[in-house]
Amino acid sequence: MFGDYSLGDLGSIFVMQGFAGLILFSVYVLMALGLAIIFGQMGVINMAHGEFMILGAYVTWMTSNFFQNYLPSLFSGYFFLAMILAFVASGALGMLVEWVLIRHLYKRPLDTLLATWGLSLMLQQAYRSVFGAREVGVELPQWMLGSLHVTDSIEVPINGVFVMCLTVLITIAVAYVMYKSRWGRQVRAVVQNRIMAGAVGINTEKVDRYTFGLGCGIAGVAGSAFTMIGSTGPTSGQLYIVDTFLVVVFGGAASLIGTIASAFSISQTQSTLEFFMSGSMAKVLTLLAVVGILMLRPQGLFALKVRK
Amino acid sequence: MTENRFFNRSEFIGILLLAVFLVVVLPLTLDVFRLNLVAKYLTYAFVALGLVICWGYGGILSLGQGVFFGLGGYCMAMFLKLEASSVENTKIQSTPGIPDFMDWNQITALPLFWKPFHSLTFTIAAIILVPGIFALIIGTAMFKRRVGGTYFAIITQAVAAILTILIVGQQGYTGGINGMTDLRTLKGWDIRPDHAKIVLYFFEVGCLFACIMIAQFVRHSKLGRILVAMREKEDRVRFSGYSVANFKIFAFCIAAVFAAIGGAMFALNVGFMSPSFVGIVPSIEMVIYTAVGGRLSILGAIYGTLLVNFAKTSLSETFPELWLFGLGGLFIAVVLAFPNGLAGIWSDYVQPRIDRLISSRKPKPEGWTDSSVADGAPAE
Repeated sequence: MFGDYSLGDLGSIFVMQGFAGLILFSVYVLMALGLAIIFGQMGVINMAHGEFMILGAYVTWMTSNFFQNYLPSLFSGYFFLAMILAFVASGALGMLVEWVLIRHLYKRPLDTLLATWGLSLMLQQAYRSVFGAREVGVELPQWMLGSLHVTDSIEVPINGVFVMCLTVLITIAVAYVMYKSRWGRQVRAVVQNRIMAGAVGINTEKVDRYTFGLGCGIAGVAGSAFTMIGSTGPTSGQLYIVDTFLVVVFGGAASLIGTIASAFSISQTQSTLEFFMSGSMAKVLTLLAVVGILMLRPQGLFALKVRK
Repeated sequence: MTENRFFNRSEFIGILLLAVFLVVVLPLTLDVFRLNLVAKYLTYAFVALGLVICWGYGGILSLGQGVFFGLGGYCMAMFLKLEASSVENTKIQSTPGIPDFMDWNQITALPLFWKPFHSLTFTIAAIILVPGIFALIIGTAMFKRRVGGTYFAIITQAVAAILTILIVGQQGYTGGINGMTDLRTLKGWDIRPDHAKIVLYFFEVGCLFACIMIAQFVRHSKLGRILVAMREKEDRVRFSGYSVANFKIFAFCIAAVFAAIGGAMFALNVGFMSPSFVGIVPSIEMVIYTAVGGRLSILGAIYGTLLVNFAKTSLSETFPELWLFGLGGLFIAVVLAFPNGLAGIWSDYVQPRIDRLISSRKPKPEGWTDSSVADGAPAE
């Protein structure tokens, strides 16, 4: 298998393949962050998470079209506004959904799964009716096209680097909000003991709503970043939802570090295997390994020790 | 008749009514095409029936029933496909005697795991055993380690995703995304003409009632009561000395075998099998059938399956845009407002009125039969 390549070529291939894995890793992390907050912290299985992500992607697409048509001079910077809009749109929809649907179901986690699946079907159909069944792609600004030449044989696409930087920034922001801010402390207090948190004066309903909104908002940003590297269709979100749940479960729900570590290991395994075999077999083997490890260690990689 | 191991009086009437509906009313009123559609819907009813035991009674939500439906279906389809690709039927291929999709994928000999499917006995055993053992492995691995609830749901979902990707990816061995099509005969008997469809329909209804009887037996036995107790307070059952894991494994396996029988019936009645009945979307849809019918009601699950599928066919024929909205809305409505589904509505609103009607005519009814579905609140 390696006979045809020189050692240097082989090194470059592994670096580039690793880089492809890093882009996949970014998408996983961005999606899993929101899910880790919603599933890990609140225990709600949000099957519509992928659709919240796609909402962010469509918002980005609309913003880019708007800038192209009306403000072409500012086109190079549209992405930053689009990201904020995506966060707001998905977050607002998330809060609405929490108010209408989720808050009635906190005691029945399996039923949230069914209800949010229903929601995801409706959202998919809504996207199909509004934006059409065809996938849409976003026009990238000039500075994001092309690639960086690291060495003669290694080159990395700029949009990939950009998405990765974005992932790092968002992760730091989420970690700060969850672990350092007053609001994050309230969220964790509600998760650990809802009744006591209420007793000390935390408005648990409000915290729930904003937590769900934040998780969905991050999904929106993930969708926004997703447009940089792929095209968006009404059912694109569904493709990622199972992988993302596995990432969260594999990392050990409620653990931010675990989520990142598992996203990293899953994406790197998959993209490395993709070099040796067909994409579908790589995916099968990766998922099988994850399920196998979960059978041996159901609590995930980084489990918090919690007294039940 | 009033109390035995299988059913009480009101359940007996319910089963009798279902039998009359399926055996007499539908075949007399529908043409063969529509009857074949009903046969297709009823294959899902097997899955829904299994989910009643596993999810409604055991409290284990499996989102991977499509896996077992698919395994059963593929076992049957492999047998039928082998029979359809006899040497004289496949003379034009570069390698005669192997299924056409293998020939298209440059495979020149029948793979080893296909060989035993020349035998019908082996196939029937495989339909039951392959999914059963697979469920046993998954169940043992998960329940012995006390993994349950949402985690189990997610892992079964992942298994469904894996199997779909595997089937689609290994086109040469499985027929890929198109599945196994062009199934013709069963032991030389053509399964395609109208009269064969009718025979197959009645055969399927017979199997369905056999499964209903098994489900009824499980429900009324001590085992069924332990399942319900386990769903409500797992630790108490464990501390009473029962092995909770073994009961869960049993419930999961029986659901898997029912689903596999449904899958095999699907291959026979519909004449093909494809990965689009294996993955996550069909698996969750099958859960919806059970939820709509009532997760605690054996008969409710069957009516729920028929109803949702009729609605799907007629709505998606006339308003394809609205169908997904309808299905999604139905899901949300069932979960939010009617957690016990149609059977819950029946036992809460209709049954009391009928009872009152009967009791007003007869001052002293012979014996109050406990309501057929009110076995307690839904799981979790």
